Amino acid sequence: MKLFVDIIPLFVAVPMAGAFLIALVARKIKWLPALITNIITIGLVFVSFFAVKLINIHKVLVYDVGAWKPPMGIGMVLDGFTVFMLTTVNLAAFFVAIYSINYVERFTSKWKFYTLFLFMIAGANGVVITGDIFNLFVFLEIASIASCSLIAFGTEKHDLEAAFKYAVMSGVGSLFILLSIVLLYSYTSTLNMADISNVLAQKDPNNIILMISALLIMGFGLKAGLVPFHGCLPDAYTSAPAPVSAMLAGAITKSLGLYAIFRIFYNVIGMNQALSSIFMFFGALSMIVGVILAIGQWDFKRLLAYHSISQMGYIVMGIGLGTPLGILGGLFHLFNHSVFKTLLFLNSGSIEYATGKRDLQKMGGLSEQMPVTSGTCLAASMAISGIPPFNGFWSKFIIIIAAVQAGRYGYAFLAVLASILTLASFTKVMKYAFFGKLKDGANSVKEAPFLIKLSMTSLAVICITGGILLAPGVYEHFLKEAVDVILEGTKYSSVVLQAVLK
Amino acid sequence: MKVYLLCLGLFCIGLYCILRKRNIIKIILGFIIAEYAVNLFFILAAYRMEGRSPIFAPDAKIVNMVDALPQALVLTAIAIGLANVALLISIALRIYDKYGTFDITKIRELRG
Repeated sequence: MKLFVDIIPLFVAVPMAGAFLIALVARKIKWLPALITNIITIGLVFVSFFAVKLINIHKVLVYDVGAWKPPMGIGMVLDGFTVFMLTTVNLAAFFVAIYSINYVERFTSKWKFYTLFLFMIAGANGVVITGDIFNLFVFLEIASIASCSLIAFGTEKHDLEAAFKYAVMSGVGSLFILLSIVLLYSYTSTLNMADISNVLAQKDPNNIILMISALLIMGFGLKAGLVPFHGCLPDAYTSAPAPVSAMLAGAITKSLGLYAIFRIFYNVIGMNQALSSIFMFFGALSMIVGVILAIGQWDFKRLLAYHSISQMGYIVMGIGLGTPLGILGGLFHLFNHSVFKTLLFLNSGSIEYATGKRDLQKMGGLSEQMPVTSGTCLAASMAISGIPPFNGFWSKFIIIIAAVQAGRYGYAFLAVLASILTLASFTKVMKYAFFGKLKDGANSVKEAPFLIKLSMTSLAVICITGGILLAPGVYEHFLKEAVDVILEGTKYSSVVLQAVLK
Repeated sequence: MKVYLLCLGLFCIGLYCILRKRNIIKIILGFIIAEYAVNLFFILAAYRMEGRSPIFAPDAKIVNMVDALPQALVLTAIAIGLANVALLISIALRIYDKYGTFDITKIRELRG
């Protein structure tokens, strides 16, 4: 029964070992770090696919770290929601790693980039896979410290300023999370998430749970960049190197912020009507404010950053609805957003690589010089604005239908409105960056190198064919498992604790 | 109870520093204060009245021990906090190299 349970720690151990290995050998062999990173990321993608297969058979697997049985020891839990997130994160990491081979040439100490990059993946995977709430905090910090240093990687003026802001904000977020973990521990006397849920179910509702919830929403909201807490995100995304922005938008904010918040609120503390309303309110607020701020931007990456906030709002609103359809829409949008936002940031990086510009007004007519970038950017723009048959259309459609079904017509209207505004602002991007007249001095612009094109094209293919995940036969294996885990709510505790005994 | 409130007060002082101070170094100090407040709170939450150190000897009774687990966890939290502060300070040094000042009102080239 427990034949393949040993693959679970690989998601954390392999990238972390790779990071240390790179730090050891990089000075001697210059080409090795890129190779190691790519081998590890492609390996992680295959292990994630294998884990999806495994979960179809076993539903829940628990690995006991150091052979100490949970709830005493630390447990790593693999279930539907976890493999869904692992696939999303590792897929994004894989394409970004391919892209980085060419992009990172401009920096002096490349091996440091790869080391930090692998730490970031290890942290993100660790947050997703752990079943212990303090362990979650530790992995959260690994990922956020690595991403702070990566934002400052260029060590230019703006990079440092953005990194400082991001480091302070995410540090404060971590303090809130730690404080809530302390309160949770002193209230329940356990750290295992399944066990906490078990203990909480036996106690009466109490004001301390309210306080813990508020602290958790603040802490993870800061990590995810929902609207009242979004201050540092646009700066960080704008200043970071393009692969790092892509990773932050596509994987880190999702696993650190959204995954953790939904895992804790749905499976550990337990969802109720008030919390659901709060999530939907925050979601709708992020959705509208993000897109309105995005329309006026002329910096390509800053525009994408605000859109990222807006699309996170969709996800939070969808999952916050709490109906099966809403959760499905939210999760599917999470996956889709990870794909197309990664692609868009890679596009912006490829333009910056070729022309050195980020300002949309100074670009123009690039579609002749850079056909691949232009084509993939068009695909991603259509996906993010929700045009059928691209993947973004299906998930937004499901979220809107779910909101209507639940009788939340106001929220459904806001979702449609945000989608139209998104379309408007991406029409602007396409018009100014790729169509129109070629600007002076842009004749010598060349298309980006092969590996960058490869990575962007593969992501564009996923954008176009992403809707296939909803098709019968595929849906049951991937999305349904994740939706089921969220829907089962606090039954999570008994499921996990039984899996420990097997 | 008073002790917990004092701890909360310390946390609020730290947050006030982070939000209101203009000097980068003072912001970092505020962060350190807030972080220590949380760590202190963790240890206090584990304390039992008249408790003794959690060492298990053959003739000792378990009843009066303080909770040992948070003490181990706080060590981890302190180490993580140290890494965070080291990162913040190294970024602050590089910022001083580039801008020649620690005043955040003068380091405002990006508008969030």
